[in-house]
Amino acid sequence: MLKISDLRAQIDDKEILKGLTLEVKPGEVAAIMGPNGSGKSTLSYVVAGRDGYDVTSGSIMLNGENILEMDAHERAAKGIFLAFQYPLEIPGVTTMTFLKAAMNAQRKQRGEAELPTAEFMKKVRAAADKLGVKQEMLRRPLNVGFSGGEKKRLEVLQMVLLEPKIAILDETDSGLDIDALRIVAEGVNALRSPDRAFLVITHYQRLLDYIVPDSVHVLSKGRIVTSGGKELAHELEKNGYRDYVSEEAA
Amino acid sequence: MTTQPVPLRTPAETALADAYVKASAALPGSDAVRGERARAYDRFHEKGLPHRRIEAWHYTDLRALMREAYPVAVGTPLAPASGLRILISDGAASMPTGALPKGIKVSTLRDCLTNGTEAFIKSLFPDQGSDDAMVAFNAAMMRDGVVIDIAEGAEIASPIEIIFTSQDQAPHGDVSRVLLRMGARAKATVHEVHSAKGKVQRHSALVAHVGEEAELSHVFETRDAQPEVHVSSLIVDVAARGSFQSFAFVCAGDVLRRQLFVRGSGEYAKIAMRGVSLLKGKQHADTTLVVDHAVPNGESRELFKHIVDDEASGVFQGKVIVRQHAQKTDGGMKSQALLLSGDAAMYNKPELEIFADDVVCGHGATVGQLDENQLFYLMARGIPRVEAEALMIEGFAREALEFIVQDEIREHLEASVAHWLAGRAKS
Repeated sequence: MLKISDLRAQIDDKEILKGLTLEVKPGEVAAIMGPNGSGKSTLSYVVAGRDGYDVTSGSIMLNGENILEMDAHERAAKGIFLAFQYPLEIPGVTTMTFLKAAMNAQRKQRGEAELPTAEFMKKVRAAADKLGVKQEMLRRPLNVGFSGGEKKRLEVLQMVLLEPKIAILDETDSGLDIDALRIVAEGVNALRSPDRAFLVITHYQRLLDYIVPDSVHVLSKGRIVTSGGKELAHELEKNGYRDYVSEEAA
Repeated sequence: MTTQPVPLRTPAETALADAYVKASAALPGSDAVRGERARAYDRFHEKGLPHRRIEAWHYTDLRALMREAYPVAVGTPLAPASGLRILISDGAASMPTGALPKGIKVSTLRDCLTNGTEAFIKSLFPDQGSDDAMVAFNAAMMRDGVVIDIAEGAEIASPIEIIFTSQDQAPHGDVSRVLLRMGARAKATVHEVHSAKGKVQRHSALVAHVGEEAELSHVFETRDAQPEVHVSSLIVDVAARGSFQSFAFVCAGDVLRRQLFVRGSGEYAKIAMRGVSLLKGKQHADTTLVVDHAVPNGESRELFKHIVDDEASGVFQGKVIVRQHAQKTDGGMKSQALLLSGDAAMYNKPELEIFADDVVCGHGATVGQLDENQLFYLMARGIPRVEAEALMIEGFAREALEFIVQDEIREHLEASVAHWLAGRAKS
């Protein structure tokens, strides 16, 4: 599904990703863990296609297609979804308007017809109800004045509606209380399917109690330094990242 | 010994002064009106065209922008329209045909200038704003326009449209004035729509007296081609518990100066002025307003949004005056600008002059660009950059447009924003 090979990326001449290699298979939930400053967020931005990062070598393949030359919106239409750590507020644009613009923009790029309004409304309502997103929230400007939990729920709502091939969850647990975390995790788990993959980026093991990963990868200083099963997350929680960080330094 | 500087007149100033001298004998009006005109002319003559050393005109140097003064046209009224629609073509007004709603009376200014009572003259030439050279020029030169009287308690449901156009293809100026008098508890919406054909210098003024507990909603709109230079003055007085709401939609015109002189002369008067300007090319739009709280318990709100592209420039100057006795005044002023190009410019100057000690007044002014983080967020959802920008610009404008209570007008203006953005996407 997603194959990252020897990826090197820099911002303002500072190299952040230093030869990162990672493969995520269809249906797999891969967790990326790592200390602050290891390049976790950079990885998510570079995969999603944010401007300002200079990829100096390596490749990112999505289902056999190199996506590095694509703009962010093209990658989204190809099936990459990034759930933001801090979803942005867009004043004056109602959530509903935004959802419709996003869904139709992706459909247009894929050569599909626009979604009829009635069908769109039905889809949104059904998905919103499941996630406990109130209708009133959908009429408000996107994320403006939403609580941390509401914003994250809305990220999951977008994920549900946009049906990505691979979803990257960037520190989705940050700023969430336990109830909100459970709702968000349930939303994600409901989307797990044999033809969809997840890249769950997190600092703590806590999220992985709710979204149980198939594989865990430790990112340190811009590279994957070790990989394992879900038990690796528990080990990290107990011993911290010290072993891996120092190993890398040695 | 001091030396008096001798003001040097520009050819345009000389032409405008000559225009008055030549036309004065033929300008309509009773002797009292002639007296007012003469005094106004003297004020204009003394000051000349406003320039950048005049603080209120610092960012719109009319003396430099109006190198040439086109001859002021004597317009011919167009065939009248039906409904509540008044046409002002090259300054000449046509009254609507057919029955008007109960409680509204419309007359041509040219008739009123000749027959008007003392009270009429007083209301047509208010002190507010009279020091401004261009308000004075308008007072001296107006030939026609419209006088609208709304009776006590009358509620005029549909908007009164005043459509300003020009017919003459040769370069010319047009001058007109609208007087609106609303009795106590009257309610009305006035929708001022401006367009022009050919090269036009327009001098329009709207003088409104909002009675006690009366409610005036005003919309100013530029539609299609615009004058080269347009000076639009709005002079409003709001009596006790009266309400004045104004919205300006500006999306065309080379040089537009809107100046608003608004006074809350009765307690609990409510004043709100908002607007959206979409500027491109080398357009220049200036909104300069003065809100004068003369008595206690007044309220005022201003919200202006400028979207400035290419080499265009926007100006917002807002002055809120709270007089010594105007305790408990509640004022809030905001000006926000989005610059879409490196060469676009925005000049913001909010001012508060507060002489009372128990008031709540605030102002804020921001100038920024589209936020790259927000753009990335939208693009990461599949929305191409140009569309994402359009969505954000629309959202920015909507925060002001949503204050327009007349659904039809709001939707029409929202469509105009979308049209402007579509034009931008193509270029």
